[in-house]
Formats: sequence, C-alpha cells, structure tokens
Amino acid sequence: MPKTNSPTELEDLRREILSKRDSNKPCIAICAGTGCLALGAQRVINAFKEEVKKQGLEANVDIRETGCPGFCEKGTVVVIYPKGVCYLQVQPEDSFEIISAIKERKIVERLLYTDPSTGEKVIYEHEIPFYKNQMRLLMGNNTKIDPKNIDDYIALGGYGAISKALSEMTPEQVLEEVKRSNLRGRGGGGFPAGRKWETTRNAPGEPKYVIVNCDEGDPGAFMDRALMEGNPHSVLEGLIIGAYAIGSHEGFIYARQEYPLAVENVNIAIKRAEEYGLLGNNILGSGFDFKIKVHRGAGAFVSGESSALMTAIEGKVGEPRPKYIHTSESGVWDKPSDLNNVETWANVPLIIDKGSDWFTSIGTEGSKGTKIFSLVGKVNNTGLVEVPMGTTLKEIIYDIGGGIPEGKKFKAVQTGGPSGGCIPEEYLDTPVDFDELAKLGSIMGSGGMIVMDEDTCMVDISRYFVDFLCDESCGKCVPCREGLKGVRKILNDIVAGRGKEGDIELLEEIGDVMSEASLCALGKTAANPILSTIRYFRDEYEAHIEEKRCPALVCKDLISYYIDPERCNACRLCLKNCPADAIDGEKKLIHIIDQSKCVKCGTCFDVCPPKFSAVKKISGEPVPPPIPEEKRVLVKDKKSKGGQK
Amino acid sequence: MEKIDEIIDGYVDEEGVLIQILLDIQHELNWIPKESIIEVSRRLQIPISQIYRVASFYTAMSLTPMGRHLVQVCLGTACHVRGAPKILNKVENTLKIKAGETTEDMMFTLRRVNCLGCCAMGPMIVVDKDYYGKMKTQDVGEILERYE
Repeated sequence: MPKTNSPTELEDLRREILSKRDSNKPCIAICAGTGCLALGAQRVINAFKEEVKKQGLEANVDIRETGCPGFCEKGTVVVIYPKGVCYLQVQPEDSFEIISAIKERKIVERLLYTDPSTGEKVIYEHEIPFYKNQMRLLMGNNTKIDPKNIDDYIALGGYGAISKALSEMTPEQVLEEVKRSNLRGRGGGGFPAGRKWETTRNAPGEPKYVIVNCDEGDPGAFMDRALMEGNPHSVLEGLIIGAYAIGSHEGFIYARQEYPLAVENVNIAIKRAEEYGLLGNNILGSGFDFKIKVHRGAGAFVSGESSALMTAIEGKVGEPRPKYIHTSESGVWDKPSDLNNVETWANVPLIIDKGSDWFTSIGTEGSKGTKIFSLVGKVNNTGLVEVPMGTTLKEIIYDIGGGIPEGKKFKAVQTGGPSGGCIPEEYLDTPVDFDELAKLGSIMGSGGMIVMDEDTCMVDISRYFVDFLCDESCGKCVPCREGLKGVRKILNDIVAGRGKEGDIELLEEIGDVMSEASLCALGKTAANPILSTIRYFRDEYEAHIEEKRCPALVCKDLISYYIDPERCNACRLCLKNCPADAIDGEKKLIHIIDQSKCVKCGTCFDVCPPKFSAVKKISGEPVPPPIPEEKRVLVKDKKSKGGQK
Repeated sequence: MEKIDEIIDGYVDEEGVLIQILLDIQHELNWIPKESIIEVSRRLQIPISQIYRVASFYTAMSLTPMGRHLVQVCLGTACHVRGAPKILNKVENTLKIKAGETTEDMMFTLRRVNCLGCCAMGPMIVVDKDYYGKMKTQDVGEILERYE
C-alpha cells in the first residue's frame, strides 16, 4: 500500500493512478446501492461480469459497482462512460446487448430514457430532465466512484482539500472559511456549522470529539444512506478537516444498523484511508493525528438527537437530556463534542477546495449551497434530488419529479419527517430553504419530501406520525409521553368514526403544550404533523368527525367495499383471495360481499382486474343492498363473451 | 458461552462498547439469552439491570428467541402512502401472527420497521437479507413460501 507522507506524495499518487487509467476506455457503472440491490442489481452486475468474460473483453472494458445515482424509480441504472450513456431498468438479460453495443459503438435504444410527453429518447445522463434540472455537487460523483476503492476518489481530486488545509491553512483559517461559507446543519436544525465548531474548539477540556450523525431515522429519507454508501471518503475527508479546525484527535461515525451496506462501506473506507496515511498518526506528514471509530446504532429514532446519540456512543440508553448543557461543550463522556450530519460533513471538502465565496454564490440569502432531497411517495420520478437552496417545491415535484402518477391530483407534500408538516398545493411556488418552509408550519428538516395525492387521507397521515412518535418517544418527559398518547387516542377515535365536536380544538391545545414544554426536539416538534394538517385540511377532519366520512377512502372503519353487479364478471378472483371468506358467488354467479364478515383488507379491490373494476370503495353513504338471488346469474350475449376471451 | 467471551475479547480496553457487544451477540445467536447477559455483566462489571435496560430499549435487540427468518415490513412514510399497512395486514394474516411475534414453529418472526431507506421502492418488505420492493398484497404468499 502506498502510504503518503506529504501533500506532494499524495499528488504523485494521484498522477500515478491517473496515468494507469485510460480515460477513453469504456467503463460500465452499475448502481449497487441498497435501492437498486432491492431490484436485483446484484444479478445484473454478475451478468455483466460474465458477459465481459465471455466476449473476452476483460482488458478493454471496466465494470464499476457504484453507489446510488439517485434515479431509483428507474433502477437498475447503468451508465456507460466516458460519454455517460444512461440505460434504465436494466435486467441481467440485457447485458449481452449492451456489451455488444459498446463493442460496436452503438446504442441500445430501447433501454434509454423516454420523455413521457414527447416520446423522444434521451441518450446521455446529463440530458435526462430528472438530472438536467439538478445541481449535483455532492451526489454527482456517486456514479464515478466505486465506494470500496479509494483510488477512484483520489483520481477525482479526493483528499485534495485535506492536503490544502493541512499544508496551506492554519486551523483558525479553516474555521474562518467554514464560518464565512454559512454552511448550516443538514440534519434539520440548520444551525451554522462553523459556529458549532468554534464552540467546541474554544470549550475547555480534552480530548475533544467530532461525530458524524448517520442515524438517519426520518421515515421517507435516505440521502445520508446514499452518501455514506456511495461516497464515504467525502464524508471522512470533511470530518478530518473539521477535526483539524477544532483540534480533535478522535472521531465517531454513528450509523444506524438498518443500513448494513453503509456500515460496511465506511469501515472499508476508514481502513483504506489509514493505509494511505490519510488517517492515523501524522497525516500527510503534517504532525496532525486523527482516528475514527464506527458505532452502530441499535434501532431507536430518538438516538438521532444529538445529546441522545452521544449517550448511545457511551454504550448507554440513547435518551436526550436538557438543552441548557450544550453538547458542543459537554458531550461524549462530558467532553466537548461537535456533531454534524453526514451531508454537512460532505460539504466541507468542497468549501475548502473551492472557497467560501464560491459556496455562498449558490442558494438563498439565509441558506447557502445545495440540498439533497429524497423525493418519494406519489410522484413519477422517485429518487434522490440535489438542487440549490431556493428551488421551488413545484420545480422539484414537477420539473424533476415528473408530477403525479396515473393522472391523479396533487394533494400535499410532507417535508421534514415526523417533525415537519404537510404543505398544500397553493404553496407549491415556495422556494425551499430553512426559513421559508418554517413559515408554512413545516420544516425543511433533513430532506425527506413525501408527495401525497388525492388518495391520501390527511387525518390518517397525522395519525401515522403520532403512532410513529409514540413508538419512538423515550418516555422521559411528561408532555411528550402523555401528550402523544392523548392525541393518539383522539385521532384513533376520529378515524374509527367516534370523533366528536371539540376534538380538533383539543388536538390543537395538546399540540401547543407539547411544543412549549417537551424536553427535546422530538417532543417539541411532534405536534407539527397534526397542527399543519389541521391548518390546511381542516375540512377532512370535519368530514371524519361530523359526517363519519373519509374523503380519500382510506380509513378502514369509515369505508365499505361492495361489488357493482353491473360490472362483475364472476371471475372468482376476489372470492379466492378473500382472507375472511366474506364473498359469496361461483362461476357465472355475480359475487356479493357479506358486509358482516368483511374485514376491509382491500384484497378484493386490488385483485379485481382493471378491465372490470367491479369492486367499489365508498364512504359516508350506505352500501347498496345485494342484488336479489334470481338476478345473480350472469347473462352475457355471445359476442361480448367472445370478446372477453 | 465461548462465543460470548470471544465477542467480548474483541473489545478489550475500549470504552462504551456495551451496545456493540449486545449487537454482536444478537447477530451471532439471533437473540440475547439471559446467560449471555450475566456473562457480559461479569466481564464488563456492569450491573445486570443496566444491561437489561439497554437491551430492552433498542429495537435491534431481542430478549426472546427469534424465528429462523426475520420478516420486516417497512412502515416508513413513503411506504405508508403507497399502501404498506395493507401489506402488513396481509403478512399478519398469512403467518397468523401479529407484528412483534414469532410463529409457533419458530420459522418466522415478524417486525414492523420505521423506514429502511428504500423509499423509492415502497412498499417494501425484507426477509432476512433479501429486499422485496414495490410489493403487492398478492405477492406476499408466494414470497414467504420461498423460506423454509
């Protein structure tokens, strides 16, 4: 292993790596992130490897297993470099055709992106609208790097920022640069990172610790997972620079155990960085020592809160503590500890490399740089999206996300996870940054963006978050513990048709108390999903309470399923799949749901073939009586029957 | 017990390793038996009560024996709006247990999880290490049959 002992040696190493690489040699980059692996990417990778061998091209074509390129909707994503030809939804059996095309310098048309509005094919990654409208400063390198190979990162200029910081800048200068960049915490709090660093730096007590928070617990968010899996060295480099500025010699990476691949890749990255002399004693000959330990989280949402995370690192139950003691002054083992989120750390090398002036030229007045969002839910192009701060919700959801699937109507977008809120259509032109979303009663949070369409019930969503928070509240303080239980009971009553007048006001009142009196941010913000849905969707609450009706046809106790006798073709699919034996019928006999047996699982609704769509969902109205026995025999004229077959 | 000692030996002279040791035991034995807690207590000089508190707080640790296969149904927000509750319902009906329980024949343990970070693939279930995305209720039976 080439241990580098000075910035010059690192530069020599970079040149040596580049000299061994032919930039014109085709390279097949295949996404091996957790998302694509879930879609069978491992089989795709194996198929490509075999095919390259079979065609005897080992010396002419490289295969790179990369991190997440973000376009998860169309996985498995395969990009062919140097030109960046992008193939989507690639299957193992496509490997022959793609590799043959590379050999013959052709393109496999059918696997290209097709513009849904024009039907035109798009060849290159950077021309696909999903990517074209983004600014991918942090995510962009994911397809160019095998996260298990440090050389790939170095080849792209990686660890250049640490080399610059250690050789050309004093710790004070690094700190000043980060302060000037106005980099704010990407985990959700939005606190200026530079100021946090300064507090830890100036706090009395040794040793000082620096920590990466990769306990990404917000449901619906996976930005940090993608960075940690796909480009772990960028996070390590940021952390080392931070440690240098703060005067810390020991760091922790706290990663949730639900992300096994992220844990694996960062452990490999640390090992390689140590071997290369980029971690450990006397980094790049500068005299600066720094080591990193990885701590696996054990599954507790509240442990992502900074003070709770630090007690978890000590091996104890991860519970938060009051905020008047700042962790930046007294954190892990009561020593000064600086904690930042994965994405925050990943921004640091860019700031040092390109300068704070460059960084502050991107974004809005109060929020600088880019932000990665996980755009998920009822949206066409689900995946990870990186845009400059200040991009509007509409641009993200429609220009990049491609709008709502199946021609449905947009209802709301939920931002900020369980601490955030739901934003309705009339505010889609809002620029997204830390301050603007807060004005709407939500928060930007860590970057979860869950799109909801007309089929989403806002009362159900509010109950969903309360359920989540009830599970995850540590129970230490009364307002959070009892408040959540109280609102859960009220919301359960409302969705079950037992809502009564005054419930909405009571929810608001309990919400206010929780915001005022809870110990940590979990409790203080727990009411946001409730309060924001009441604020914008009060009519849905009222429909549940007053009319016992769920307008979105979601809440089980308020809906009924019945079979439209006009449309039923007696195919017996629903009958065979019904887990409650609630459907009566046989061949050529129109099916009927016995309402007293129906458990409203919705299986019949799902299995009824779309061409019949005979199973109907209704709410707030009585179920039509079953058709009389004598009319149940299915009569069809021969012609239409023939047509069906 | 040898295994337990081996795990603890991997962490000598390190501070704050209790959670990491318990995670390793969970990984090795698929649950955390009483005897192992007593051993950890003896070796690390941490009171048994404190170890129980940690082990009962974190969802990744189980104080009861788990089934041969772990079925996790993701109930993150993105999966939720795409119908995850129906998937959970279907898995519960198929295995005839509720979330958090283990089947009588010790074949399956069912858990609900709050987001596995595969939000674009939702609704999502994970059996052991196999991820199944874009789940439909109709697929549940067939997927579970693959595991013996």
